[in-house]
Amino acid sequence: MLEANNLAVEFAGRGRRARAVDGVNLSVGAGEIVALVGESGCGKTTLARTLLGLERPTSGEVRYDGSALSHRGRALKAYRRQVQLILQDPMGSLNPRQTVYEAVAEGPRIHGLPDEEQVVAEALSRAGLRPPERFFLRYPHELSGGQRQRVVIAGALALNPKVLIADEPVASLDASVRGEILALLLRLRNELGLSALVVTHDLGLAWNIADRVAVMYLGRIVESGPVEQILTAPQHPYTQALLSVLPESPDRIVLTGEPPDPTRIPTGCRFHPRCQLLASGKAAAAGIDTACHSEPLPILSSAADPQTACHLTLVDS
Amino acid sequence: MSLLELDDVSVTYKLAGGELPAVRGVSLSLEAGEAVGVVGESGSGKSTLAMALLRLLPRDARISGRILLDGEDVLAMSWGRLRAVRWAQASIVFQGAQHGLNPVHRIGDQIAEPLLIHKLASPDQARRRVAELLDQVGLPGWRAKSYPHELSGGQRQRVMIAMALACEPRLIVADEPTTALDVMVQAQVLTLIRELIATDDISLLMISHDLSVLADLCDRLAVMYAGRVVETGPADGTFTHPYSRALAAAFPTIGDLSSRLAPKGLGGDPPDPLQLPSGCAFHPRCPVALDTCSTVSIELRPAGERRTAACVLAGEAV
Repeated sequence: MLEANNLAVEFAGRGRRARAVDGVNLSVGAGEIVALVGESGCGKTTLARTLLGLERPTSGEVRYDGSALSHRGRALKAYRRQVQLILQDPMGSLNPRQTVYEAVAEGPRIHGLPDEEQVVAEALSRAGLRPPERFFLRYPHELSGGQRQRVVIAGALALNPKVLIADEPVASLDASVRGEILALLLRLRNELGLSALVVTHDLGLAWNIADRVAVMYLGRIVESGPVEQILTAPQHPYTQALLSVLPESPDRIVLTGEPPDPTRIPTGCRFHPRCQLLASGKAAAAGIDTACHSEPLPILSSAADPQTACHLTLVDS
Repeated sequence: MSLLELDDVSVTYKLAGGELPAVRGVSLSLEAGEAVGVVGESGSGKSTLAMALLRLLPRDARISGRILLDGEDVLAMSWGRLRAVRWAQASIVFQGAQHGLNPVHRIGDQIAEPLLIHKLASPDQARRRVAELLDQVGLPGWRAKSYPHELSGGQRQRVMIAMALACEPRLIVADEPTTALDVMVQAQVLTLIRELIATDDISLLMISHDLSVLADLCDRLAVMYAGRVVETGPADGTFTHPYSRALAAAFPTIGDLSSRLAPKGLGGDPPDPLQLPSGCAFHPRCPVALDTCSTVSIELRPAGERRTAACVLAGEAV
């Protein structure tokens, strides 16, 4: 359905080029929910923005429904009816001086859809704001955080899209409200057959709603596959570390240092300066430590099967 | 005697449109060396409670009840005494470390400030103590010369913790100390806090919306809803109150098949403190509410081993 092929996005800044997305293959199938997981600065938001056509790739391409995404105005407009974005902070994405009705009607108006009122009412009730008429004239500040996020989701649904791209959709919401919004995304998939790419740092969210998960580190996907498999038996040391710092897990692997800098991507395996397997000598025991330092890893394909970009797992298999 | 004892503490904000009861009759105690977590959603009153402990609330807030810190009533203290107590006996680590640091001062000077103000050290001793503190929170000594903008979010939060430790307080109040941080950096900071409370015999009152973080770090937990404590109990036990249970279910355990493709949440929204529901404030969202819940207000009552809960069903099988 939606596909990234060898996608790379670079930004110029202070003389150095930041390779925010540095070769990514990723696909979201029809009716599939994929979670893109990583720390801040790993490039996950840039990847999402590029998939939406908000950012032009430096190389590679975005494909939708079999054809490459064109960045020409009209084609992009048509594309954005199909693929809609939901952002993290609903207070920031809603205009405080616009009523709920105006906020949701904006998309249908831009695209010249008929029966505006009916479209808005339907979108609101699909997003769980019922009866919709009661919300038409409310302003964002009169709504709770959960309701605001529902309005944002309704705005996306009003265009009848095929794919939703949600960037941290519940990160700014209260814990007790979070479950309801996630359940809504899941219900939209089940009832309308929507596909979704959910960008998050939260592995629990992936466990809650996603079919597949892709773990991103410093511009690349380092591990991907079905949620059950990746989250219960992770192969990549980075995924293992991410899972190990969740509160319930018995043995913590706390990586030292900060998330690294996309203007200075390390040679060889980009994770090697923080890799716990390299630090503990496990990589040396397998005779791959030189490879970790100097040999780049192949870019993972967009296939649905479990894959890992790690020299150690390459040796094992 | 408890290190910290709250007895029927209420905080009300005076607003143009009336009075906003943010904290409503909270009683809680903290023994020396103990780590207690307060969990709640936004608007539950947990941060107001933390600020009330050291009288850091704005003027339009009215505090009632008693707050005993080492036996001394914080609400009755003179300003001079209060200034001496802040930092030296109890210190606070706020959320959003970037806002807590002064951008135009070097961090070493900022850490040394409370030491110098409280005349606990000469400038020379303070410099040595700063190096010691930075080392304790895992930052290299030369960082003392850095400005806040030169540090990452995690490093800044470490600086805040170093400041809180500077005067060797007996109690640290940490309000969402890791909320704005990345998972891995959060793990680093939590490991640091864990080591500090284990080795230095410091008591910790930690406030968070994230139950799993608190359950991991604390000995005891208090759950707040709409300005009240609705449950207290050991951190490793099972919750009784339906709200606490919903909160616990909101963050799934990975590998738990019952939550796979089945996110759990509560219907409805946290209540507006200006229009609190009658009876038990949780009843409109409660999955097991009885008819009487909308009229009868429930106090905390025993609900098993070292546990209290404010629910009619507490003590019975839910």
